[in-house]
Amino acid sequence: MDNTRKRTRQSGPPETSRKGSEQMTGAQILCEQLLREGVDTVFGYPGGVVLPIFDALYDSPIRFILTRHEQGATHAADAYARATGKVGVVLVTSGPGATNTVTGLATANMDSTPMVVLTGQVKTNLIGNDAFQEADITGITRPITKHNYIVKDTALLARTIKEAFHIAKTGRPGPVLVDLPVDVSSGSAVMGDETEPMDLPGYHVRVNGHIRQIKRAAEAINRSERPVIYAGGGVILSNGSEALRALVDKANAPVTTTLLGLGCYDENAYRSLRMLGMHGTAYANFAVQECDLLVSVGARFDDRITGDVKRFAPHAKIIHIDIDPASISKCVKVDIPVVGDAKYILSEMLDYIEPRDRSDWFARIDALKSKYPLIYDNSGEEIKPQYVIEEVSRQTQGKAIVCTGVGQHQMWTAQFYKFSQPRHIMTSGGLGTMGFGLPAAIGAQIACPDATVVDIDGDSSFSMTLNEIPTAVEHGLPLKVCVLNNGYMGMVRQWQELFYRRRYSKSELGHPCFAKLAEAFGAVGLTAKTKAEVPGVIEQMLKEDRCCVVDFQIAREENVWPMVASGKGLHEMSGLPTDASEMV
Amino acid sequence: MKRTLSVLVQNQPGVLAHVAGMFAARSFNIDSLAVGRTEDPGLSRMTIVVLGDDAILEQVRKQLGKIVPVMKIFDYTGDNLVLRDLMLLKVSAPPEKRAEIQAMIEMFHGKVVDVDSRFVMVEIAGPEEKIEAFIDMCRPYGIKDVVRTGMIAMPRHHRSK
Ligand SMILES: Cc1cc2nc3c(=O)[nH]c(=O)nc-3n(C[C@H](O)[C@H](O)[C@H](O)COP(=O)(O)OP(=O)(O)OC[C@H]3O[C@@H](n4cnc5c(N)ncnc54)[C@H](O)[C@@H]3O)c2cc1C
Ligand SMILES: Cc1ncc(C[n+]2csc(CCOP(=O)(O)OP(=O)(O)O)c2C)c(N)n1
Ligand SMILES: [Mg+2]
Repeated sequence: MDNTRKRTRQSGPPETSRKGSEQMTGAQILCEQLLREGVDTVFGYPGGVVLPIFDALYDSPIRFILTRHEQGATHAADAYARATGKVGVVLVTSGPGATNTVTGLATANMDSTPMVVLTGQVKTNLIGNDAFQEADITGITRPITKHNYIVKDTALLARTIKEAFHIAKTGRPGPVLVDLPVDVSSGSAVMGDETEPMDLPGYHVRVNGHIRQIKRAAEAINRSERPVIYAGGGVILSNGSEALRALVDKANAPVTTTLLGLGCYDENAYRSLRMLGMHGTAYANFAVQECDLLVSVGARFDDRITGDVKRFAPHAKIIHIDIDPASISKCVKVDIPVVGDAKYILSEMLDYIEPRDRSDWFARIDALKSKYPLIYDNSGEEIKPQYVIEEVSRQTQGKAIVCTGVGQHQMWTAQFYKFSQPRHIMTSGGLGTMGFGLPAAIGAQIACPDATVVDIDGDSSFSMTLNEIPTAVEHGLPLKVCVLNNGYMGMVRQWQELFYRRRYSKSELGHPCFAKLAEAFGAVGLTAKTKAEVPGVIEQMLKEDRCCVVDFQIAREENVWPMVASGKGLHEMSGLPTDASEMV
Repeated sequence: MKRTLSVLVQNQPGVLAHVAGMFAARSFNIDSLAVGRTEDPGLSRMTIVVLGDDAILEQVRKQLGKIVPVMKIFDYTGDNLVLRDLMLLKVSAPPEKRAEIQAMIEMFHGKVVDVDSRFVMVEIAGPEEKIEAFIDMCRPYGIKDVVRTGMIAMPRHHRSK
């Protein structure tokens, strides 16, 4: 049952005004503090030691989304956060409930998503006794969270939750776990008011960049003949897309984005080079290798971007704008670091940027664009995955929120869906978590009820979390799930084809009929087997007002090109339309 | 290269695990780590001797800075430091060797803290080379046990940082 419709609150003052001397249970304090943090939705799954909290939630206006697995709850909350910029919240029980959040926490931690995960814990006096459903979840998750807590006293609960939200959403965002022993949530205390101070003397966030560094960076841009701006997830996290667009346009510089930065600059615009990296566009990669200045904004020089680090951007001076000092000079030596918030720094820098004619540089880029467009062979009758994505992109005018699993389909989505707005791609970049797509689509649709939410998934990725279809059905979410079904772990198969002499060891797998399976779950199930059916079936899918799963039976051994094989320089791409390599 | 960091942390459960775990997770090398309370009961100080070059040390410092209960990090590289490692060492000391051993202990400004018919226990503090040298000198007699605290350090001149 959708519990937003479940009950209206009984008489009495609204929760938010409760304060002062009244004794409250830990569970009530928790619900109250969540409201103070502006939480309207929690994803999760119940169990023994969190029953006091679920009982308090029964009276709370907070909407609870019951998933079918705790991993699903974490990915849904993650996408909820990516779509809105708010903190995604998860509530699960101790032991197995808590350990099931591990993959979701690691996913969020790698991609810097603000999340608070509340786990139940056994009674404080049983901790360490191997009690029933006990797991040392703070120990387990310490390396994969931004921070974590165990609360041992009901009186400290409100402040701890406040700190958890503050840490999750400020600076470089990330997931924070709070472990709640059952005696703490069932115990009672007096709750302080909103002004209760936090105790975080070691936690410092630098928002304003140093003005001297900002000016140095602007001067370097003004002097550059061949600059490239390389924008990442940090631009989206800082809500800095507008500021980026203003800077790019004034500086008259081409811009490439990472997988996680897609949409922070309109990919249809003239200055866009689209995505760079292992499976980025050839023209973005060549431009990076040829540029004399690389301006990184909220991007972390991941090894999928740089290829062989020693030969990365060999002619370029590097500016790095990042809120996390530890990101700077971690992988690549930076010439001009600017520590602070991307939006703030970009806006501040705009005043110092001088417009400059760079027609030679853009002429070079235009030549690269026309020589190396993204292409694929669509001449046969088979369904090409790229074609499905282009058609989805066309029919949704590039405006859908697009979620993905991990694999070839994820890369094709990045290449062939034209993203024009921030917060429109939900994909696991850093951890590469298969199974992210469907639960992420649920979280995104809950966050944006009026948006068209499309999950472009792989058959194997989808199989990992398709148990969440009932969650979508139960909440009436009109998700569009496009399963690009090649009957393979396609990305694994591609590597085996290229590097292991086509020995397809354990990468082929059989599936149930996805359409029938969807129907059995109460969703709409469709199948497309030929190219001719594709536009019609997508049209039908987009019209459905129920969750709709389409099984696209695609060309089985299609590969993702271009590709920078590991250890290669970024310019050494295979699968380019012509064999000519550029001088770098 | 060995470098000494002094890290002031909030005295909270899990903070030692957090710091030690970060070193392991990012494969930084700890040579020694000593923790103890400070004059402020809310704070502890960790003295960490790290192996690594400048770039590694910079990452170590930045990654330490990201740990929420870590309040301050002092890099003592290049500072004029007082360095101390405290050791308890039990060495075999038969009656005929006892005078010889006693002389050696005095030479190192060590202190005999326990004796029985077969062994003496020595307490000795100092910089690493001194401790190592003492261990080497004792080896021929037969070392029964060694316990060391790990290095602690304090700069000679007060720094206002
Ligand atoms: C199969 C597969 C293939 C892939 N291939 C590619 C590829 O070809 N190309 C590609 O781009 N990626 C690819 N990826 C993704 C890649 O692994 C990384 O996840 C991605 O490149 C990281 O993006 P990012 O650099 O934007 O960093 P993010 O992980 O988004 O990090 C954000 C950065 O911004 C900083 N930041 C956060 N908030 C702010 C703020 N307010 N202000 C300033 N800075 C801030 C953070 O400190 C961090 O340094 C692939 C992933 C998979 C699974
Ligand atoms: C949870 C998890 N397990 C294993 C992997 C390794 N892996 C990366 S891509 C991939 C295959 C994905 O297959 P599919 O979802 O069908 O997508 P395709 O590549 O065929 O489009 C695998 C197994 C992973 N990324 N995540
Ligand atoms: Mg597949």
